[in-house]
Amino acid sequence: MEKMPKWADVILIPMISLILAAIISAFVIMAIGENPLIALQKMVDGAFGNTQNIGYTLYYTTNFIFTGLAVSVAFHARMFNIGGEGQALVGGLGVAIVCLYIPWPHWSLALLGASLGAAMFGAMWAAIPAYLQARRGSHIVITTIMFNFIAASLLNYMLVGPLKPLGSMEPASAPFPEATHLPNFQEMFNPIWQIFAGEEAKAIFLRSPANITFFLAVIACFVVWALIWRTRLGYQLRSYGLSETAAKYAGISPFKIIMIAMLISGGLSGLMAVNQAQGDAERLVLNAVEGAGFIGIAVALMGRSHPFGVFLAALLFGALYQGGAELAFWTSIPREMIVVIQALVILFTGALDNMVRMPLERLFIAKNRKQEG
Amino acid sequence: MDIDTLIQVLDSSLRFATPLLLACLAGLYSERAGIFDIGLEGKMLAAAFLSAAVAYTSGSAWVGLLAGVGVAMGLALLHGVASITFRGNQLISGVAINFLAAGLSVVVAQSWFAQGSRTPQLAGAARFENLNLPFAEQLADVPLLGPLYSDLLSGHTIIVYLALLAVPATWWLLFRTRFGLRLRAVGENPAAVDTAGISVIRLRFSAVLICGILCGIAGAYLSTSLQAGFTKDMTAGRGFIALAALIFAKWRPWHALYTCLLFGFLQALALRPDLIENTLGFKVQVQLLDALPYILTVIILAGFVGKAIPPRAGGEPYVKER
Repeated sequence: MEKMPKWADVILIPMISLILAAIISAFVIMAIGENPLIALQKMVDGAFGNTQNIGYTLYYTTNFIFTGLAVSVAFHARMFNIGGEGQALVGGLGVAIVCLYIPWPHWSLALLGASLGAAMFGAMWAAIPAYLQARRGSHIVITTIMFNFIAASLLNYMLVGPLKPLGSMEPASAPFPEATHLPNFQEMFNPIWQIFAGEEAKAIFLRSPANITFFLAVIACFVVWALIWRTRLGYQLRSYGLSETAAKYAGISPFKIIMIAMLISGGLSGLMAVNQAQGDAERLVLNAVEGAGFIGIAVALMGRSHPFGVFLAALLFGALYQGGAELAFWTSIPREMIVVIQALVILFTGALDNMVRMPLERLFIAKNRKQEG
Repeated sequence: MDIDTLIQVLDSSLRFATPLLLACLAGLYSERAGIFDIGLEGKMLAAAFLSAAVAYTSGSAWVGLLAGVGVAMGLALLHGVASITFRGNQLISGVAINFLAAGLSVVVAQSWFAQGSRTPQLAGAARFENLNLPFAEQLADVPLLGPLYSDLLSGHTIIVYLALLAVPATWWLLFRTRFGLRLRAVGENPAAVDTAGISVIRLRFSAVLICGILCGIAGAYLSTSLQAGFTKDMTAGRGFIALAALIFAKWRPWHALYTCLLFGFLQALALRPDLIENTLGFKVQVQLLDALPYILTVIILAGFVGKAIPPRAGGEPYVKER
């Protein structure tokens, strides 16, 4: 059988798509009268220029790892979970309830509890669309979109109603207790840094929101990898994604696979809230997710639904996000430019995949023929 | 609730229902031809921006409308190229278009007008003016029918009437013409249409382009009729409510009208929580009203109240057998 080599599929095609997205972004920047090279330099500087910026980049990366993994797991079972946004919002509710109403003795236990709460709430929010798809055949994409909006209304209600502390005017929950405070990068790495650089050395990761949840995200990458490629369940998931009929003949229950894939997916989306609510804001605020659920789609597409790819893509988007914020600060290019770049990445790596793939495939086939002949 | 207030609420229901209806019909053409479109929101948003920007610059709402329709058709074409020509994933393409519009509208607005992410306020001929239907003033004093006619039906911009006319027009086009028959067939069984020697690709592209036109009008309505200018994310999920309405209406034009009027009514009510409290005697959470269209759609999707069966070939790219 004539096929493209694997490296072309996992590296070359995403790279070409990325370059195409970059070229068009450059044109957009030129069209609004700015220099794309200077913009690029500002963005790279803004994302990696100093440890504080790196801290921000890694904070966003953490969010995107969770939502990217969430979309990936569902993708493996050939389901398009577009509801990451809503699942993460409801996950935030789980974090808030766990942090506010349980007296935690230590942050490590609080982290465990909040993670459990976030994952359970996120999974619960994914369970209903999953059940409707598995039992009643409603299209998962449409139901998860609807659930995003329902989640937004629910959070709106909770934050102006039951969760709002008395006397507060802001739509936000009460601050979480001191004991749930997660160590941030500054607290974790500064002491080590000072041993090497001396007491007077400039502090690193100063005031950046990156926190210990980043390592939770890295662990999640390993766990998802092991689950998908090293367990019986992961095998069933992938087989179902490749061919539903074949999977059914092999005795795999579609109902079980749909439910499990979506529960894991929703749980991962929900975990994003640990980073945002417990790690950074230390309370639940309105619109906390800020589109991370959707960025997860781009991350999963870029990363070819592989946890390692997801990690790299999340880092790229984290850098884009943080770099974009700095860009808006230093130039007249608004922050929304990163939304445009993100859209182009989704467009080229997702929807227009064949546009890059088809000519490349032809090229490789022609090359193979030549070698054989 | 007295009759005047009721008419007032119904009047704003109609205003809110108009963009929903246009977008819903847009989705109807596309999905009946087998192309899922979750990019309705993005096409509306792009059109809302460009029509406001061009209307302001040219001083004419009509030129603005034209520009809005143009950009929406451009995005529709992009969706067509991705999902018909390159057989890409229609859902992913729709997501990308939503983001593209959300980002570009702000980026371009900022560089064009330097007023943050909005266009300047539109005034005069740059906005569509309210039309008074014939005899509206004379009939105003007739009990019941008078206010219904002169306050509720009369006094909207031309796009509202256009949207209402689009319903029978769509019904006629889809169910009484050869083009409509083929368009519906291509959403159910493209192979059969292909066998009959009719181009699946051309049919699907025309459906997607009609979808673009209607989305463009819907977007222009938002920024040049309902409001006077473009603001960031002004579609506010209307594209998704329209999608919900489409499912609720089970992909049928007349039902789309009723559903959009209902959803428009819910939106109008959400703005007047005091009215509900006075009428029902207890407090209904505004957030619940906001979420109601989505909740209703999920219930319909779940098949608890009649089953919503989408066009059979929807979402699947057509591959000609070789």
